[in-house]
Amino acid sequence: MPEETKSPTPPGGQPHAAAPAKPAGPATIPWDSPTVARLKSQYGSGVQESVTYLGQNYFVLDASVTAEALRILRDEEQFDYCVDITATHNPTREKQFELIWILYSFARNERIRVKTDIADGDSFPSSVSIWPAANWLEREVFDMFGIKFDGHPDMKRILLPEGWKGHPLRKDYGIIQQDQEWVQINLGIESGQ
Amino acid sequence: MLDYITSYLSSNTTPGQAGNVFWALVYIMIVFGGVSVAVMAMNWLERKALAHFQIRLGPMRVGPHGLLQPIADAIKLLTKEDIVPSEADKFVFWLAPLIILCASFTVYIVVPFGPTHAITDLNIGILFMLGVSSLSVLGVVMAGWASNSHYPLIGALRSSAQMISYEVAMGLAVVSAILMTSLNSTGTGTLSMIGIVQAQQSQQMWFLFKFFPLGFIAFGIFAIAMVAETNRAPFDLPEAESELTAGFHTEYSGLRWSLFMLGEYAAMIAVSSIAVTLWVGGWMRPFPNWLTGETWDLVFSLTPGFLFLGLALIAFIGVARMPKHPYFRVQTIGLAGFGAVLGLIGLVLFAPPVRDRIQDIFWFCAKVAVFMYLYIWYRATFPRYRFDQLMRVGWKALLPVAIGVLILTAILGVVF
Amino acid sequence: MGDQITKDPASFISHLELDQPDKTFLDSNELIINMGPQHPATHGVLRVILKLDGEKVLGTECVIGYLHRGVEKIAEHRTYTMFNPYVDRMDYVAAVSNGLGYCEAVEKLLNVQAPPRANYIRVILTELNRLASHQLWLGTHALDIGAMTPLFYTFRDREEILKIFEKYCGARLTTHAFRIGGCLYETYDGFEQDVKKFIDGLPSKIDEYEELLTTNRIWVERTKGVGKISASDCVALGVTGPVLRASGVKWDLRKAQPYAAYSEFDFDIPIGQSGDTYDRYLVRMEEMRQSLRIIRQAVERIPEGPIMAKVPKVMKPPVGEIYHSIEAPKGELGYFIVSDGSTQPYRIRVRPPSFVNLQALDLMVRGQLVADVIAVIGTLDIVLGEVDR
Repeated sequence: MPEETKSPTPPGGQPHAAAPAKPAGPATIPWDSPTVARLKSQYGSGVQESVTYLGQNYFVLDASVTAEALRILRDEEQFDYCVDITATHNPTREKQFELIWILYSFARNERIRVKTDIADGDSFPSSVSIWPAANWLEREVFDMFGIKFDGHPDMKRILLPEGWKGHPLRKDYGIIQQDQEWVQINLGIESGQ
Repeated sequence: MLDYITSYLSSNTTPGQAGNVFWALVYIMIVFGGVSVAVMAMNWLERKALAHFQIRLGPMRVGPHGLLQPIADAIKLLTKEDIVPSEADKFVFWLAPLIILCASFTVYIVVPFGPTHAITDLNIGILFMLGVSSLSVLGVVMAGWASNSHYPLIGALRSSAQMISYEVAMGLAVVSAILMTSLNSTGTGTLSMIGIVQAQQSQQMWFLFKFFPLGFIAFGIFAIAMVAETNRAPFDLPEAESELTAGFHTEYSGLRWSLFMLGEYAAMIAVSSIAVTLWVGGWMRPFPNWLTGETWDLVFSLTPGFLFLGLALIAFIGVARMPKHPYFRVQTIGLAGFGAVLGLIGLVLFAPPVRDRIQDIFWFCAKVAVFMYLYIWYRATFPRYRFDQLMRVGWKALLPVAIGVLILTAILGVVF
Repeated sequence: MGDQITKDPASFISHLELDQPDKTFLDSNELIINMGPQHPATHGVLRVILKLDGEKVLGTECVIGYLHRGVEKIAEHRTYTMFNPYVDRMDYVAAVSNGLGYCEAVEKLLNVQAPPRANYIRVILTELNRLASHQLWLGTHALDIGAMTPLFYTFRDREEILKIFEKYCGARLTTHAFRIGGCLYETYDGFEQDVKKFIDGLPSKIDEYEELLTTNRIWVERTKGVGKISASDCVALGVTGPVLRASGVKWDLRKAQPYAAYSEFDFDIPIGQSGDTYDRYLVRMEEMRQSLRIIRQAVERIPEGPIMAKVPKVMKPPVGEIYHSIEAPKGELGYFIVSDGSTQPYRIRVRPPSFVNLQALDLMVRGQLVADVIAVIGTLDIVLGEVDR
């Protein structure tokens, strides 16, 4: 049948314009709370956004204020448990990396995210002095993305072998790419893969 | 010929004491052969019992119900490559298992299977046993040293430290038992193994129950110390796999390792024999004083026969339960044959002349067998002690109690 | 909570002079020993470098990454549905929990709710998986300490759970039990009977394990006072799960931030007092009993209804991100998913409980003996698949 040879038009060949409009998805709602207020009063424009999405609160802070803000969050806002530290890489943006801290407060049973954008090649002050849990978490961020953390006691790779070149979770690292030199030397595989 | 044998069998001393070289050699061969068979049986029993504790079956294939497994293990070990580490001290490496083996087997010359059923009866019997069995510590250290690798050496040092520590407590417990032998009318005790059992006989009480609970506590101390002495669970840290050091016999393989195993099991049987002799009445049948009389004597003398017939019955039940499949035919026939042999032995044990002579040996072996089973039970149940806790138990728990028991026994002995 | 951390955080990290040549052990006081990637007691490919002074541990360093498979990178090249089976392979012992966390996270992102019946089925299977995981933990932990028998008992009972999983979804270990939006498979005929029979038989089995270990003097001596960690250290190090609860912090995500029908069940959270290995053992044993309670309530009240919500076949969550975490048997398992509006996730970050818990190893074994290192690794209940992903 002739229709099957056509590629990605929807079945029946009807254009999308005839389909009913999709309902609006969840929206980001601005978030205000005493915590936000405190940070805003302290840093003003350093707090770029504070938003609630799907019931989860997060701020986006400026890189210069984040280190201090994290300390304030632990000391004064009782976010004593650092759940996770991670990053994402978006090569299309000017500041390519986004560092994300997920924090939780036992006293308040509240979880927030703190995000900040940094450029490729920048390093960031380490949070190990605030939460010792950050030790291995930051090492993993370094291992996967190449973001160095200043003041970290043991900044070296954690999951990949020590001599590995390249940071896999960056978007410019191929899905089956490996550090061929390392593989050839250490595993004795000639093709390096 | 037969007269020679029967005339000898009604003698009233051990061949060693009588100076009868021929019979001493015969007894030596019987005893050493018996111990070797017992070690093989113990190997089988350990695997089967441990498996049953762990809700699995254990060896089932090699012979019917794994009965030929020890033989298969022996063949495997004998045909393995003999690996000697290149930097090892060859002479010491070769000598270490031999020392352990000789030390463990030499003690059997004084083990009393009956009033005249021993190879000899030294008048320092118990001292001889404790002393010679301690020589195996030397073998352990030599094995660790000769391996030229620091994990076995650490394991050997730990092992030897453990063995030495528990010997002190063992020795004190033994002294308490010896003290009890002197509580007779003449006030003279004895160190001879046969003499100790005869002392229990004349005092009409197993030393286990003497001055209750002192005898019991002394027995308990010895029972715990003997497990530590032979490096068995729960004191097997120097040998355990999941700990960091893998024990003094790591570098040994094949025949040499089997010599260590043989030495270990023989030592287990030897210290159990000491325990049986000193506290549990040696070769005496149960309740020799409460249940006296012809009929009771008869009942107890029929027990070995019934035991073997019972085992034969279990074997035949096993035969009946074997799967009816051609692959199992050989095993079924084998098990039936084994059952038949057991039944035959049982019937032979019913014959009066055999019955009377075999009594002592049977009861002694039965008591030692109970101890062997306890060893296996401990291994299945208990976790391991950490090394510092092990040493603490030996020095800070057992030793003071042993001294206390000794003092109290002495006091009570004088008083009563 | 919220009290100051008393120790200098940098002291948690041991600085081993690994470039110093290894002197022969007879000369020096300090010895560096490697518990290599292959070791009967490290539960996987974990390498622990110990710095010892005689028998005492001065410091440790864990080398991980032997099982790193790049799961997070793979996620960026698979669709949401295709990624679901990968998730089981991380904590392969408790695969159902992994699946639950992931499916719930994506459902949140898609803004769909799984129907109540699906939630009940999820709870039953997840709690069964918690039981299986704790039983495996108990068997292997006891084996490391030297008690050989509990291993066989717990594995025998775990078989029953794995049989139920097999009847339900066809797989014993890496179950892929849930789908985004609910469950794919309806419970099979006889599911409730099987589960009821199992949970009726289990309390006596748990009593059997306790009989062998809880009052056993040797067990108590091997585990009491070993691997102590205080509540404030736990919180500072981000340790969660039974380890945190045994240190005295009464916190369980099933109660604090309930998900998947847990708010409808009545159960307690066991806590310990001293944060040592013995308390962690007791906490996990009690958790097993509480899981039985939950399963019993769930099986009695399981509602009828659909098991799958209306989820588009081609899943394109709107642009945004979400973090969702559940109480896995090992601790807080979290999924941070960033969506860019396409069918493939932009970034999935798995917050593995074992990875964060393993950081605490150094603190827990300082000053203890070598034999305790193995006990502590066992008591942290780590699964290398999750540590390395």
